[in-house]
Amino acid sequence: MGRYILRRLLSAIPVLIGISVIVFAIMAMIPGDPATAILGSYATPENVAELNRDLGLDQPLVQRYFIWLGNLVQGDLGRSFNLNRPVLDEVLERFNATLILAGTAFILCSFLGIAAGVISAARQYGFADKAITFAVLLGISIPSFFLGMMMILIFAVNLRWFPVSGMWPIYGTRDIWALIDHLTMPALALAVVATGVIARLSRSAMLEVLRQDFIRTARAKGVRERGIIWRHALRAAMVSIIPVLGIQAGFVLSGAVYIERVFQWPGIGQMLVDAILRRDILLVQGGVVFVAACYVLFNIIVDVAQSLLDPRIKT
Amino acid sequence: MKLLTMTRRALLAAVAASALAIGANPAAAQTPPGVLVVGQVAEPQALDPHAVTAVNDFRILMNVYDGLVRYASGTLEVEPALATSWEISEDGTVYTFTLREGVSFHDGSAFNAEAVVFNFDRMLDENHPYHDTGPFPLSFFFSAVEEVEALDDMTVQFTLNAPYAPFLSNLAYPTGLIVSPAAVMEHGAEFGRNPSGTGAFVFEEWRANEAVVVTGNPDYWGGAPALEAVVFRPITDANTRVAEMLAGGIDMMVEVPPVALSEFGGDSFQIVEQAGPHVWFLILNALEGPFADVRVRQAANYAINKEAIVNDVLEGTAAVAAGPTPPAFAWAYNNDLEPYPYDPDRARELLAEAGVENPEITFYVTEGGSGMLDPVAMGTAIQADLEAVGFDVTIETYEWNTFLGRVNPGLEGEADMAEMAWMTNDPDTLPYLALRTDAWPDQGGFNSGYYSNPEVDALLEEARTSTDQDRRAELYRQMQVIVQEDAPWVFVANWVQNAVTSDRVENFALEPSFFLLLHDVVKN
Repeated sequence: MGRYILRRLLSAIPVLIGISVIVFAIMAMIPGDPATAILGSYATPENVAELNRDLGLDQPLVQRYFIWLGNLVQGDLGRSFNLNRPVLDEVLERFNATLILAGTAFILCSFLGIAAGVISAARQYGFADKAITFAVLLGISIPSFFLGMMMILIFAVNLRWFPVSGMWPIYGTRDIWALIDHLTMPALALAVVATGVIARLSRSAMLEVLRQDFIRTARAKGVRERGIIWRHALRAAMVSIIPVLGIQAGFVLSGAVYIERVFQWPGIGQMLVDAILRRDILLVQGGVVFVAACYVLFNIIVDVAQSLLDPRIKT
Repeated sequence: MKLLTMTRRALLAAVAASALAIGANPAAAQTPPGVLVVGQVAEPQALDPHAVTAVNDFRILMNVYDGLVRYASGTLEVEPALATSWEISEDGTVYTFTLREGVSFHDGSAFNAEAVVFNFDRMLDENHPYHDTGPFPLSFFFSAVEEVEALDDMTVQFTLNAPYAPFLSNLAYPTGLIVSPAAVMEHGAEFGRNPSGTGAFVFEEWRANEAVVVTGNPDYWGGAPALEAVVFRPITDANTRVAEMLAGGIDMMVEVPPVALSEFGGDSFQIVEQAGPHVWFLILNALEGPFADVRVRQAANYAINKEAIVNDVLEGTAAVAAGPTPPAFAWAYNNDLEPYPYDPDRARELLAEAGVENPEITFYVTEGGSGMLDPVAMGTAIQADLEAVGFDVTIETYEWNTFLGRVNPGLEGEADMAEMAWMTNDPDTLPYLALRTDAWPDQGGFNSGYYSNPEVDALLEEARTSTDQDRRAELYRQMQVIVQEDAPWVFVANWVQNAVTSDRVENFALEPSFFLLLHDVVKN
């Protein structure tokens, strides 16, 4: 097992280097530079050239890449032009917020999605199955940012159950209740689509398993239906559900970009959008590489979990 | 059945959990009296006035810092602030300021002539020990400054390399605000997150991406402000900002989207409006193509229905522009100027006279940007108006930074027309940088349409060097008449900035400078 994990970790290195090249190249290729973004209407060629020199952007591209990569390896992501603070500080702070939001949404969609899928499969073509299938289809079809805006309109502006935006109250204590209060709407809005996808795939995975011989054997032995579904069938189905969870984690993380904007959640998605618009090169590069590294790591964890559940995978 | 029992139990648990969350809900609580919560359009970049360029940041800075001079309330004319008086030498190159006695920075250090010298040297002198706390993108506002000298503790003298009339006005701009040298020395590059000035509000805390909090300065030289504290909250999404305002999460919001204004019709809100030194125009390529002919340029001015644009597209959040100078510069504006009327027949006549009935033009449109209002919708309306009189208009749309990168180097060989908007602090800035022959892009200016009229050049040069305001006003008025006739641009709109406050907020007015001044504001 140890060797398997090590091999997976090593295989992540070329992936991350590839990502660093791509994000660096994209930021170098897109039109507009930080100086133009900072100077706005006052961006004369002369002012732009001078500011770019001050920002160290007049050096050749390849040289800039290796300087950046060298610092990156040492854990130094540089300084954000616009926020005038170290990129790493900003990224960590922002990622913390994203982790709370996306993590909650991910837990919500995993549990709700699997539960809905299992119930659907257990009651195939029954009322519960039809109701869930309908709800799931609806959930998948509504864009999450639109759902977020509607939730704000109904539950924050009209009913005043929840605050409109932000992560913490401007006044008052910053306890877990205040956080839940602010977290509920964005986490639900973010979880809806992924819940639907997971529910549908869990349903088909369960249906496949429920048709297998060992289930019939279990039933013949008189195991209670509840035990068959939740203990025997679900465990076998998890082998095909877990990779879906890994992919959905990526979708939840990218979906957070919209949701963070709608709910003014101070996360990394919102940070990246602002940074791209302001051509804050180092912040974009640092943020993307950091998120990519987390995603790669998460997938390794998923693969390891899967290999623990299904020994055939570990080869 | 058991399955369903379980889900029912789970459902109950979920309902109970959310009920608990609602029970502990502080959101419905109103913001406390004396504390004003302002919804901003973005997180500030830094609270160092010399390092930033965005109006969004200026809204905070103007309340934390003071300059040597400031704009008198409701105008764009300067009045004393940290300097109580000043003298200008005969030739307009030496400005001597007498400073206000007994003023201290929020960190306790004294405000004096040395502090002023430190501020300008830090920005302008590359060898200054704290020059590396920059970059200072707008330091060219003071590029005419050759030397800043402390004559004595309370007297400071600026020597310019040539007479430069907008100098005082630039001092009133945020780039001229005075920061505490002691705080710069202490925090270095982190000064922008640990600001210290002399202003009406003292910086308290910056919770990243959440809020900047400032508290009233009881020792303010202009009298303690009425508010206990102000909280600036960044809310990037305009819809979310409107929702926060409706839900009572903020007391004041700026830059209300035109379509959302109707939401605030009731008694519980006030809408505040103020026209500012802003002009939205179309740059016409006078060097080549159809717009090289003045008649075609005038035709475009007649063909576009500016009334419809400001009323229908912008929902009344702008006024029709008559010329290159916004009326907010009351002292320099020519009141005799009438906007080009909407007259499609006259436009067709002019096109016929010019011998181009169906000129083909390429039109650069941006998706959005500072002061650009609603550029895509406006661009589409303009295209339709121009096509109605015979133009054949192809729109090319670019993201703001890309757009600036294409327009600022000049339209030659690229396009015939481009959207543009400027907000300035002196009637000199825009025409001097964008209408003179010496301001063509190859000479580092913003005259991207290559307009050239020696008469206008001469008027602008003289207005810049004259220190007599009445004489300057006269020159600007003449310039506006000529430029309107020559039509190097289509003059479209002057932005009327708006803000909404809750009915608990009193004594609030927007300034023509677009700054947000909160010294007198009261919240009940």
